[in-house]
Amino acid sequence: MERFKIIDDSYKYGFRDPEKYVFKARKGLSREIVEEISWIKQEPEWMRKFRLNSLEIFMKKPMPTWGADLSEIDFNDIYYYIKPSERQGHSWDEVPEYIKNTFERLGIPEAERKFLAGVGAQYESEMVYHSLKKEIEQMGVIFLDMDTALKEHPDLVKEYFSTVVPPTDNKFAALNSAVWSGGSFIYVPAGVKVDIPLQAYFRINAQNMGQFERTLIIAEEGSFVHYVEGCTAPVYASSSLHAAVVEIIVKRGARVRYTTIQNWSYNVYNLVTKRAVAYEDAVMEWIDGNLGSKVTMKYPSIILRGKGAKGEVLSIALAGKGQHQDAGSKAIHIAPYTSSQIVSKSISRNGGRTSYRGLVKVIKGARGVKTRVKCDALILDERSRSDTYPYMEIEEDDVTVEHEATVSKIEVEQLFYLMSRGLNETEASTMIVNGFIEPFVKELPMEYAVEMNRLIQLQMEGAVG
Amino acid sequence: MNSAVKDSKSLLLIRDLHVSVEGKEILKGIDLDIKRGEIHAIMGPNGSGKSTLAMAIMGHPSYRIEKGEILLKGEDISRLPADERARLGLFLCFQYPVSVEGVSVANFMRSALSAVKGREFIEKMSIPRFKLYLKERIKEIGLNPELAKRYVNDGFSGGEKKRFEILQLQLLEPEIAILDEMDSGLDIDALKIASDGVMKYFNPERAILMITHYQRILNYVKPHFVHVLMDGKIVQSGGLELSQQLEEKGYQWVKENGGKDGKV
Repeated sequence: MERFKIIDDSYKYGFRDPEKYVFKARKGLSREIVEEISWIKQEPEWMRKFRLNSLEIFMKKPMPTWGADLSEIDFNDIYYYIKPSERQGHSWDEVPEYIKNTFERLGIPEAERKFLAGVGAQYESEMVYHSLKKEIEQMGVIFLDMDTALKEHPDLVKEYFSTVVPPTDNKFAALNSAVWSGGSFIYVPAGVKVDIPLQAYFRINAQNMGQFERTLIIAEEGSFVHYVEGCTAPVYASSSLHAAVVEIIVKRGARVRYTTIQNWSYNVYNLVTKRAVAYEDAVMEWIDGNLGSKVTMKYPSIILRGKGAKGEVLSIALAGKGQHQDAGSKAIHIAPYTSSQIVSKSISRNGGRTSYRGLVKVIKGARGVKTRVKCDALILDERSRSDTYPYMEIEEDDVTVEHEATVSKIEVEQLFYLMSRGLNETEASTMIVNGFIEPFVKELPMEYAVEMNRLIQLQMEGAVG
Repeated sequence: MNSAVKDSKSLLLIRDLHVSVEGKEILKGIDLDIKRGEIHAIMGPNGSGKSTLAMAIMGHPSYRIEKGEILLKGEDISRLPADERARLGLFLCFQYPVSVEGVSVANFMRSALSAVKGREFIEKMSIPRFKLYLKERIKEIGLNPELAKRYVNDGFSGGEKKRFEILQLQLLEPEIAILDEMDSGLDIDALKIASDGVMKYFNPERAILMITHYQRILNYVKPHFVHVLMDGKIVQSGGLELSQQLEEKGYQWVKENGGKDGKV
């Protein structure tokens, strides 16, 4: 423990009394930082060891080179932990103009804007959250931020944590495992169906919109829950790396839907590992929308472990100037009569690049599997690009595999038809693009759907970015 | 307003119009003068340039105007994009309307009405009220009101597409409508409904330019003037009787007997 002395004096005093301790946020990653994070949070010993072990894995793993270009990430130039109370890092003046404009155009309330832009005040819709919380608590549902869950339900967390995404999975999962903070923990007891979507947005606070959040959802047998994270409004982050891990356990006959709308500011590397395990007759649905960030690499996955399990992934990616959305999905069939459907839609414009990268794997013995992959790409101009990397590893003969891919441009005839009805070129293109993503948008909760359409409109007008 | 003065003015005036498609000249000098309250029919065999004329007037970017002018209410629209022409009161009833996946008929109609008639017009009506109104109008044209929820022309039958075009004509209320082969693919009952729809739209303030290969539709939408288009030129013009002669004798007869610039 001697080594902590080097930080500063206030630290030394603080060390005896966690309440008075002042953590000094600093850049870079080391064993000390990781130990400190664990200590500040007063975590159990197993978590501290888990973090340190993960850090070693992170250090050893090479950078992935098979996807988007990550060479500009400087791991030494990142804050790995900032106390929530200290996250008032920048002022409103520092928030980029395009983000302010988008808030304006989307009609985001003042209080919310500041929070989304990462400026000081936390936005908390406490009233909404409390009544919701009470209601679901009565059903036995646990809905907490991950840090609190670890304190209040250590055994439950320990039982499932990292069982779906181990730190060895990939370099960024290892990083998250070492320095994670915040995220959501949801436990739904057997047979309980939560009929309102649980939204991270409702209880928006610095805790759960961190850079390295960790989310764990456990749906017991026959239960149902819909979780919604993110928002259509852009989220400004001064730190440029977002590496989250999401783990979901869907037990027999249960159903989980996980909806994400990601709209990080254009400086962020968004590298997220999302994976679910679906047991017998369980249903897992990922609805995943990627609008912002500089680079996104995200492949929500489903391991179909029990007979009759179903998995569905519906995703969209929108890439504009300087953006690369490398997104897709994985369905791993290791039980018979399981089925999966992956529908991916991407739009690239103004020099943006989208890639679909997906894997469907069926192991020997997983008879009667059905899988369908459909990727549609819309390219709006000559400078933009779209690629498809669909991988299929089918070891069993008794399977039904469908794969379909289309790449299209906005058709002159469609544009002319709409323009002949008085819509100008931008309005007509916007309508075509909104139509293209309609299968995705109609799966979103109402308020998100409305915002999503407006956002596309803004993007098409070139008002943002 | 003095209606005599107004009537004497051309609503759509086309002068020496030359149009090429992919470098090939299709229309070789068209003259046409359409006034309010008039219905004109352009008849001609396949490949004569009928649809090219419709597309060029509406402003399709692939149809290049090499020479001549198109005046709508005295304003040259030949360099304007299609949407501006539409907002000036021009409408094209497509022969082959394209589908727009993911865009509902209701959403499309609301946007089109807002563009053509102005935002204020559409904002007077709440969305639920607009949907009710639209469904009523869909019913009137003999279609299932559920059409409002379907994607524009997506999976529509030939008859549904044509009737939806006519419905748009009725709702958008342009000053002049071009009907491109409106009768193609319609059985006699559907043709009757579509024609009734067109006549419901028509009044002395408006005008229609019908483009057709067959005489059949002219029994329902009766033109005041008939023009015969062959090889990119209007070779003969006349009254309704001209279409009847064509029906009996065929286009070959015009070639042999007319062939001259027989303007009225």
